[in-house]
Amino acid sequence: MNCFLYNSSVGKKLVMSISGCALVLFILFHMSMNLAAIFSAEAYNMICELLGANWYALVGTAGLAALVVVHFAYALLLTINNYRARGKQRYAVETKEPGVSWASKNMLVLGVIVLGGLLLHLSHFWAKMQLVEILGGHESEVGGQMIAATDGAALIQYTFSQWYNVVLYLVWFAALWFHLTHGVWSMFQTAGWANDTWYPRLKCIAQLVSTIIFLGFAAVVVVFFVKANCGCCC
Amino acid sequence: MAFKLDAKIPAGALADKWSNHKAAIKVVSPANKRKLDIIVIGTGLGGGAAAASLGELGYNVKVFCIQDSPRRAHSIAAQGGINAAKNYQNDNDSVYRLFYDTIKGGDYRAREANVYRLAEVSNLIIDQCVAQGVPFAREYGGLLANRSFGGAQVSRTFYARGQTGQQLLLGAYAALNKEIAAGTVKSYPRHEMLDVVVENGEAKGIIARNLVTGEIERHGAHAVVIASGGYGNVFFLSTNAMGSNGSAAFQCYRKGAGFANPCFTQIHPTCIPVHGTQQSKLTLMSESLRNDGRIWVPKKIEDVKALRAGKIKPSDIKEEDRDYYLERRYPAFGNLVPRDVASRAAKERCDAGFGVNETGLAVFLDFKTAIERLGEDIIKQRYGNLFDMYEEITDVSPYKEPMQIFPAVHYTMGGIWVDYNLMTTIPGLYAIGEANFSDHGANRLGASALMQGLADGYFVLPYTIGDYLSKKIQAPKVDVNTPAFDEAEKAVKDKIAKLMSINGKQSVDDIHKKLGHIMWENVGMARTEQSLKTAITEIQALRKEFWKDVKVVGDPMSFNVELEKALRLADYLELGELMARDALNRAESCGGHFRSEHQTEEGEALRHDEEFAYAAVWEYKGMDQEPELTKEMLDYEFTHRAQRNYKD
Amino acid sequence: MNFTLKIWRQKDAKSKGAFETYKVTDISADTSFLEMLDILNNNLVHEGKDPVAFDHDCREGICGMCSLHINGLAHGPGQAATTCQIYMRKFKDGDTITIEPWRSAAFPVIKDLVVNRGAYDQILQAGGYVSVRTNSVPDANAIPIPKADADESMDAAACIGCGACAATCKNGSAMLFVAARVSSLAKLPQGRVEGARRAKAMVAKMDELGFGNCTNTGACQAECPKGISIAHIARLNREFLAAKLQD
Repeated sequence: MNCFLYNSSVGKKLVMSISGCALVLFILFHMSMNLAAIFSAEAYNMICELLGANWYALVGTAGLAALVVVHFAYALLLTINNYRARGKQRYAVETKEPGVSWASKNMLVLGVIVLGGLLLHLSHFWAKMQLVEILGGHESEVGGQMIAATDGAALIQYTFSQWYNVVLYLVWFAALWFHLTHGVWSMFQTAGWANDTWYPRLKCIAQLVSTIIFLGFAAVVVVFFVKANCGCCC
Repeated sequence: MAFKLDAKIPAGALADKWSNHKAAIKVVSPANKRKLDIIVIGTGLGGGAAAASLGELGYNVKVFCIQDSPRRAHSIAAQGGINAAKNYQNDNDSVYRLFYDTIKGGDYRAREANVYRLAEVSNLIIDQCVAQGVPFAREYGGLLANRSFGGAQVSRTFYARGQTGQQLLLGAYAALNKEIAAGTVKSYPRHEMLDVVVENGEAKGIIARNLVTGEIERHGAHAVVIASGGYGNVFFLSTNAMGSNGSAAFQCYRKGAGFANPCFTQIHPTCIPVHGTQQSKLTLMSESLRNDGRIWVPKKIEDVKALRAGKIKPSDIKEEDRDYYLERRYPAFGNLVPRDVASRAAKERCDAGFGVNETGLAVFLDFKTAIERLGEDIIKQRYGNLFDMYEEITDVSPYKEPMQIFPAVHYTMGGIWVDYNLMTTIPGLYAIGEANFSDHGANRLGASALMQGLADGYFVLPYTIGDYLSKKIQAPKVDVNTPAFDEAEKAVKDKIAKLMSINGKQSVDDIHKKLGHIMWENVGMARTEQSLKTAITEIQALRKEFWKDVKVVGDPMSFNVELEKALRLADYLELGELMARDALNRAESCGGHFRSEHQTEEGEALRHDEEFAYAAVWEYKGMDQEPELTKEMLDYEFTHRAQRNYKD
Repeated sequence: MNFTLKIWRQKDAKSKGAFETYKVTDISADTSFLEMLDILNNNLVHEGKDPVAFDHDCREGICGMCSLHINGLAHGPGQAATTCQIYMRKFKDGDTITIEPWRSAAFPVIKDLVVNRGAYDQILQAGGYVSVRTNSVPDANAIPIPKADADESMDAAACIGCGACAATCKNGSAMLFVAARVSSLAKLPQGRVEGARRAKAMVAKMDELGFGNCTNTGACQAECPKGISIAHIARLNREFLAAKLQD
């Protein structure tokens, strides 16, 4: 393939940047959608219904899946390449350079955790919702009870009543937070849209976005965990 | 057999000489240039610019440097700037004024015609560099900025922060890269020229050592250009790079090229003083600092004692107790007198007991007045990187306390003798930049070294070399399998084998430090007949010691820095003696050459024009033989030789 | 001051290397790091041992020759300085100091601490120049250049090509080096003319020579002895992408 998006380092990075950007936008949408669940199960389920096995939701899902695959495949490709470029003989002593964030040097590890969390999340929700509809069903069994494919609120309620899920999800969100603190400003840099004036601003935006995302997602998890486990007092 | 020196200076008015000469010399057609090979030794401003320009013209060029990349040549370390007679500041500068300042700065020991040509092409250099993308300092209007340098009363120095040499070299290196990419130039980094091959009286190539593998290689060419810089490291401690050496030039001398004015050494006034015996290198603080810095020592000896004892800080000394000795002695030029004058004045004060550090060998360079006048921000903008560098080395902030400075060996005006075409006494062998002797006389003005290197490389040699090569268009490729090459290669191999076999007790550096000490004490800032005679005897003895007692470890057929250093030191041990001999012969003071017996009542250099208005050209006669002197008389047709005056 | 030195020794490119330990004693705090190595080497020569090979030349922080990885950092402790500008007062008496060569696949070791950085020359040969002939140029003041642009160009042009960026980068990426040249010329009207061609050619050469990809960690700018900003990498990205999108 003779395209700079595939055969040049800067081009490959652009693919990471754009796919990353699209994923961040999706995550922001997903987070806003989740927040609805805190306030109203009906409202949340209405959104779930919109995102059932209809054509636009399916196209969206396929698109997202493609983005994740591309983002991850390119990450692997680049990392292998980078590992080779580093050479066989590694430094015996390595010291952290001042001003270099931990996240920036561990994006692949963070990415793998995020991906792992995503798979878990898909098994918890998508497999019980859109997938059921794709397969022609309307409900599935979750923790001994049947839940409708459109009743996202019930799924949330059930999933986050389990403490281990809460822990896993929070770890997942934390990894995502780290990943995004670097990823969000980095995608501007890679696209060439950054300079010394904008670095502090972009890094601030990155912190803000990742923190909002973390808090937004975590809020739902925590609220539902609290609701489920101390129903008497709330 | 003395040299028959013909400087080939064109006839006619000073301003017409170069144009007339260019019109008169022959050129080589493009088709023939392709058939001609040129070797360039060194990739600094001279060599880099020459190799690039020659490649661009269509010659086949091979360029050699000892560093790992052409970009690292020591031209890169020049800080302050480059002169040109642009008159952008409207301060009445002109080609003539630049010419005159340079001749006068050189204390009337340079060739008028060469210096005028240098001033003439200086403007082209700035144009060329700007077009290459050299980011010179600019004013808010978008046009080029200038600053002042020693020995001039106009602002004609173009600069790129404190990294002018670097930027100009990156320009030349970029031009070189363009030609390497085009295939006209082939680059040989980490290669050192160990001999020049002369056959039938003409330069035919070189013997080089691959510094990585240790292999000895033969390279043939129709002309060889030496652009290997100066030999200041003969003093061991100097501002030169550790690898800078005089060996390439010295091989030419040994093979019959005349070596001119070897004793003319520039001692730069603003270097960081020596701190101890473990030092390997002296650090220069740019001359541009003298634009705003004021040089002084205390007036009272009690203050000096208190300073040395650490009882007071320099800033504690009151204004009226400070002796701004340059401003006192040279009111017209003040702190911006030429380098030789500033260096000697510092030595005079230190000899009188006013040196301000423990060794008594330092004076102050103070920015207090400038900071009060301009504010710390402006000073930071102008000299921030230099101040940081100073603080890094000495642990003292020049914003708070004055810098301590002392003179150090910096540049060698002497070098291989060349005619107006930059050709040495060996046909086909050229020398450009600091490696030759031609343009700076007995003292070089600040910001003129960059000018000369680039002038020779871009604008002089590419024309003049054609005159010689036009006679070679029928000549076949140089055969490197001839007795001359065999002999040269054998000599180099024998020398290496000899050095490796001595296995004595002293390291190369041990002996080099001894040589440096002899040179600095006896052939340094002030020389006497006695000190020079002492130097000659001591160097001869040290040379014997070297060949009996040096220890060179390692394998010659591999990367071997000790061997490289030993080969260079072997040459320094002869070159040092040559410098002393030349200094002894020149029984006068001029520029950087100060013979204590020859000074005016005020302690200024006293020239003897009737006897010494010549370039002393030496011919090699063998390691322990006295070299033979030939004089190239210097005619001053267009300037009036006078005692240099920087007072009014 | 006294130090224990753990130094990487490697006979040549083909041999396997290993660390060796040396002691140096009685070192003044005002001694530079390389002078300290000179002292060690002089001792080794007296002992008849092969001295440690290391690159160095100007010892003023400008030639870009020195290249040591000291205690895990390119050019050792302290920012905005080359190895030759490090003084022993930066260390504590009795310290153990580990000295390694640049490690990057594109910079093979030649001997001990000396590496081959020819790849950087090759990248510049691919396009790091303005294609002007000697003498066929306009007057230096013919094209005014805004001071800010000239200053920014100079910021980038301060690169000394030492290789610390690629040596430090966990990806072995030469982006800061390439960006410095591309950006410096891109800010000047003289360099703009062939800006697109230059960006494409230099990035292609960089990739071909086996350097890694930039992941914006910023380690290069932290270790760059000339403090060159990764803003120049952003500009390189912009130049390259704009050029490719116009193809």
